[in-house]
Order: sequence, then C-alpha cells, then structure tokens
Amino acid sequence: MSLRAKTAIAGLGITKMGKNYAHPNAIGFAVEAIELALADSGLRRTDLDGILVNPGLTWGADLMASYTVQQVMGIKDIRLTATTNLGGASAASLVMHAAMAIDAGMASTVACVFADAPLKPPKPGAKGGGGGAAYGFARGLNAAYGLYGANSGYAMVAQRHMHVYGTTSDQLGAIALAERKWANLNPMAEFYKEPLTIEDYHNSRWVAEPLHLYDCCLVSNGAVCVIVTSAERARDLKKPPVYVLGMGQGHPGDDPVDTLASGAPMAKQIAFKMAGVELKDIDVAEFYDCYTITVLITLEDYGFCAKGEGGPFVADGRIGPGGALPVNTGGGQLSAYYMWGMTPLSEGVIQVRGEGGKRQSPKHDVCLVSGNGGILSTHSTLVLGASA
Amino acid sequence: MAEIVRPIPEVTAELRPFFDASKNGQLMVQKCDSCGVLRFPPRRMCSECLSRESSWTAVSGEGEVYSFIIMHRVYHPAFATQVPYAVATIKLKEGAKMLSNVIGIDPHQIKCGMPVKVSFEKLNDEVTLPMFRPVSSA
Repeated sequence: MSLRAKTAIAGLGITKMGKNYAHPNAIGFAVEAIELALADSGLRRTDLDGILVNPGLTWGADLMASYTVQQVMGIKDIRLTATTNLGGASAASLVMHAAMAIDAGMASTVACVFADAPLKPPKPGAKGGGGGAAYGFARGLNAAYGLYGANSGYAMVAQRHMHVYGTTSDQLGAIALAERKWANLNPMAEFYKEPLTIEDYHNSRWVAEPLHLYDCCLVSNGAVCVIVTSAERARDLKKPPVYVLGMGQGHPGDDPVDTLASGAPMAKQIAFKMAGVELKDIDVAEFYDCYTITVLITLEDYGFCAKGEGGPFVADGRIGPGGALPVNTGGGQLSAYYMWGMTPLSEGVIQVRGEGGKRQSPKHDVCLVSGNGGILSTHSTLVLGASA
Repeated sequence: MAEIVRPIPEVTAELRPFFDASKNGQLMVQKCDSCGVLRFPPRRMCSECLSRESSWTAVSGEGEVYSFIIMHRVYHPAFATQVPYAVATIKLKEGAKMLSNVIGIDPHQIKCGMPVKVSFEKLNDEVTLPMFRPVSSA
C-alpha cells in the first residue's frame, strides 16, 4: 500500500534566524516556530496530536525534548511523540514518521520541529541556556528543600495513591514478591537464585518513603536488540513470527500526582482497536516496572481492575506464577534486568514464542507490552501475537 | 534561624520578588496576567493560555499537604542531621502547588490533606525559605 498523497505539509513557521536572543534557550524557539506554523495553517494548538522534535546541540541533558515541548505548550492528549536525531537527515525523517503515523491512524496532525540556540548574547550577564527550568511542572528549589534522586516523583505518586485509594505497603510489596517469584524461574534474572519474603521487603531500606528498596528497579549493564521486518518475510525466517498486532501511544500532559494515572487508557484505545482484541483476550502482560506503583497503576489504567483497586487486585498473588494474570513473567526490571522499555518487550517476545521455559505462560497467543517514561508522562502499548 | 543549613538557592532575577517577599513574611506566587492562573516556580509562559505576561501576587500561606515523601538517605551533607525529613507538595488554598518541607512535626505523623500554614525560615540575610507547619502546632 502506497503512502502517495496520503499526507501533506499544511503549515510553515520560521522564526527570525541568526543572532536572535528572543528566547533563553532552544525550547523557546521551538514553541515560537510551532505557533507560527499553526497560524500559517489556520490550525489551533488543540488540533495537534503529535509532536516530533529533532533537538539541536543545545538541548543538553533534555533527553525527552518532545515531551518538554508538549508540557511547555500545555498540549493535552498527544498520540505521537518522539525525539529523534540522525543528524542532517532528521527533518525529512520527522515528516516520514508523521506520514506513516497518520496513515496508520495513530495521529492526525503532527508538528515536526527543529530548534537550537548555540549563539550567546554579546552582553555578559544576559544569560542564555537553562534547559527546561524556566518552564514545566517543576515545583522549584528542589535542592534547598532536600529533594534529591529520581525516585521522589514516583514516591509522591505512591503516597497520594495510598491516601486517595487506601493502597498499602503490603500491596506494593505483593508486586515485588510476584515479580521476584517470576525471576526465580528465569536464569537470566539478576535475582534468579534469591527469593524475597514480605519481611525482606519491609525490612529493606527506604529509598524515598513510601518506596522501599524492593519497590525500585535494578541498575544493569547490557543491551537488547529486536529486529522488526515484514510479516511476510518473518514467516520465512528461523523463529516463529511475533506479530505486532496493535500499537498506540498516550501522553496525557497532566500532573501525575493529580491524576494518579498513566497514558495507558489512550494508548490502549488505539492499540486494541488496531489489534482487534479486548482485555479478555490478553494471555500475558509485560508492563514497564520502574517501580511497583507503576505496575499497579498500569493494571488499573488498562482496566484489569477499576481505578484505585490495583492494591486488592495484586494482593493475593494474582499476577505471580500460577496466578490468573501472568504479569512480568521474567521478573521485570524489579528483579531481572533494567533495560528500560526493552525489558518488557524482550520478555513479551520470549512468551509469545513459547520460549519461557519454567516461567512460560501456558496461554501465550496474545501478549500486552507497555512502555512508560518520565513520571507516568509517556506511555506506549504493543499488542504482540503468535498468529497474524 | 532555620535549624537546617542547606543549599542556598540562587536569587535569580526571576526569583527575586519571591525571595524579597519571603524575607518580609509574605508568600508570593506568579499569576498569569491573561487568564489568572497561579503558578510556582516562576515560568516565562503560561501553560494554560500561552501568555508571556505575568505578575506576582500575594497568597494567604494556607494550604494542605497534597502528597509527601520522607527522605531517609543523605544526598547532601547539610541534611545528615535532618534525616528523616519530609518533602511535600503543598496545595495552596488559592490553587497553586509548591514543593516545600513540612516542619514542626514527626514526619511519620504527616497525612495527605493535613492543613498547614507557611512558616518563614531564614537561611541568611538574602534568602528566607517558606516552609509549612501543621496548623494545630503553628
């Protein structure tokens, strides 16, 4: 099927070039260009449901530039977001990604942006730079108030979830225990030979209370690669194909301490429709698990239980070996290995192929895989299947 | 003086009105001149209406603990004698949320929803940090 004439460029925005110090950093320029292009096209900010960013050299440590732009501009319910860099070939590639996504029904109106601000104003003291600090959801002055470490955001979410829904430390611990039991069946897992009891869990040190050490993911060296090819070609290769039945994204743009929710409901809607599956069709789930609370909220957001009932849902070992819903069957990032989104994806491939050995889910025709970034800020869904 | 000797935040041009007000016992947050939404820390643009125009406005200093965490690990030597201490998201009565510490209470007695009031803790002649105390013990 050709993409010919399926999409078109509808707006163009160009800021003043050269020694322009109108903004303190590249983010400000990106926002201005988007506003100009919206005005040029007659579209409104609310029409955008995709943001693709090719960051220039001065975005520095901002590894989620496209999310930063979403947040800065207060754009809700983005369905496609990406920060991409393949040097000078990037800009055209952004348009290609947008065209493919639009053809696939994953987004309708996608802003593709490049921005940079390497030139400094001539006057000393008129400082540029500063990344996203001038914008965003930061509460401010973190160090002065003694807030350090990446765990604090999820801990703040967990505490609020406990307050609003009555979730308990025992229930978060049940997730850690279930994943450890899976890891005890996975020779690749860091904790393959180490069982975990609820006493061990409670006795483990606080990382940021209410999160214990065993609520938090591992840190691992390593790498994971998956090779994607056409279904037709995959059928002729050595291993059984793992079909990508559905895919979707959801990036709510809200404060997760308010919503206690991820982008899973949005991502699921697109992915499940594409795959033609319902929740009852999911045989095994591989969820992004930077923290136990992430798994709990992800279960709620896909609808395996009602919002707020994730705690009771996991309490009885339901997601562990022998439970009704196998989740994170390799031990996840909590107990196996921390390869970001490649941890759930790699285990999903193993399960669908039926290569899980002692941890193999007996039913593995349809596998749900989730990815998650920031503080429940970005979410991606894949539905993998053994049959096309 | 505050009992905690901690990293002193830089008094940037953007934060100066906030720190000047704190020094004088007044809590200020930024207000969008276009749509009126309150925000903190100061930003160059309103995420609701995209207006770049804003001003500072005084708030009551009353609010509630929206969520909080208890820090046990010492990430900065200044906090070595302070652990465990509470870092909280405070929801101000007027609507904005801000990060702060809840002091004057055992951190394990803090609850979400607990009413708190601002308490200005002087770090040095230039910087006074707003913190929050439970209303009952303020």
